[in-house]
Amino acid sequence: MNTPVIGVLALQGDVREHLIALAAADAVARPVRRPEELAEVDGLVIPGGESTTISKLATLFGLMEPLRERIAAGLPVYGTCAGLIMLADKILDPRSGQETFGGIDMIVRRNAFGRQNESFEAGVTVDGIDGPVEGVFIRAPWVESVGAEVEVLAEHDGHIVAVRQGRALATSFHPELTGDHRVHSLFVDMVRAER
Amino acid sequence: MSTTPSTTPQSPETGTARVKRGMAEQLKGGVIMDVVNAEQAKIAEDAGAVAVMALERVPADIRKDGGVARMSDPNMIEEIIGAVSIPVMAKSRIGHFVEAQVLQSLGVDYIDESEVLTPADEVNHSDKWAFTTPFVCGATNLGEALRRIAEGAAMIRSKGEAGTGNVVEAVRHLRQIKNEIAKLRGFDNNELFAAAKELRAPYELVKEVAELGKLPVVLFSAGGVATPADAALMRQLGAEGVFVGSGIFKSGDPAKRAAAIVKATTFYDDPKVIADASRNLGEAMVGINCDTLPESERYANRGW
Repeated sequence: MNTPVIGVLALQGDVREHLIALAAADAVARPVRRPEELAEVDGLVIPGGESTTISKLATLFGLMEPLRERIAAGLPVYGTCAGLIMLADKILDPRSGQETFGGIDMIVRRNAFGRQNESFEAGVTVDGIDGPVEGVFIRAPWVESVGAEVEVLAEHDGHIVAVRQGRALATSFHPELTGDHRVHSLFVDMVRAER
Repeated sequence: MSTTPSTTPQSPETGTARVKRGMAEQLKGGVIMDVVNAEQAKIAEDAGAVAVMALERVPADIRKDGGVARMSDPNMIEEIIGAVSIPVMAKSRIGHFVEAQVLQSLGVDYIDESEVLTPADEVNHSDKWAFTTPFVCGATNLGEALRRIAEGAAMIRSKGEAGTGNVVEAVRHLRQIKNEIAKLRGFDNNELFAAAKELRAPYELVKEVAELGKLPVVLFSAGGVATPADAALMRQLGAEGVFVGSGIFKSGDPAKRAAAIVKATTFYDDPKVIADASRNLGEAMVGINCDTLPESERYANRGW
């Protein structure tokens, strides 16, 4: 059977939950912290976490450039929350020195939905998935604007919260925290299509 | 609350258990640093901290100064919230639910109901379900952790002994929690009722832990981490991340030590990275031998 190997960037964040969700979606899932581990995967998930921390650690441990190159060369990627920020070509209000991997032609606003007290759950309708997805939004970013090549998959309250551009997928919310693996299955199918 | 567009079938809900516990999941693999002002908060953020704990005095100074330690000045907390984009936590006294209400109103991202401050109630902890803001609480053993979770804590940290720069108590408490979880794994259903009684914790939570093989919330370690190797030790022992209190800003070169502890926390299983991170850090905080600490000065004894 065509079982793709999908990495989860394991510098910081909810890595474990993504590994479980990917395995449930019939992928072989493994953590990735080093350039040589990156070379061995067919696709990569950038988990939720703190985008400033992930950015800093990626630079320190030599992952920033290899990851940018592989994403530009078409590595399928899926980012949730901080992962969505890391996949944006541009951050509206970056901390000094905060860099992203890029891959999706969009501008994101960090913590756009507010601080932790404003974090919320709501049903979200995602293009390509039947029935609402449970959206868990934690200090979540939203997508401020997208380029012509980007497909908007979901909105909440008038703001873009899920996008796809070619082989790159991103959501403001955390399907990995819900036990509903349909978004991960969508990504695994994207990876499978590329092999 | 804003109106829900037709694309969302249910109305948004804040302060749910999933949102509170999920917040802690985002901090995993990271370092949460004690800071006493905006400048330190920025140093922590630049070093790669996943969150900062805003407080007026680090535990080492609370220890030195003595007296009653209370919630920090709201001005100081707001200044720190304004200075960084990472989450900001702050401490309330055990059982002082009004301090917690104040912290929630200030918009802190997590409240630490902490034994480092002087307890306000010697019987009751705060009812943490009553809040939108999630809570982290300390624990020295599994029963204590589960009692806090039953009260609504969305994250647990092993207590250790704050402000000592000595990792021995952190190791003791984390090992205790992990060992008790491992023991539960081996119990059959008949034994879980007695186990719950012995742990003085709700049966449902005990059963959940026995099934999961872990706490139902994120488990960090705290209280005595002073070096990159200390942080990696706690990770290898099973902590999902670390709190570092006095260890950073009571050391010779805080910025460098903070960044080094972050590196060692991510690559906790790679001695070469830990070795590199440990080079030329300057002086570590002096530290206290926990055996010479009188019982009355052990913060870990606070809370029950």
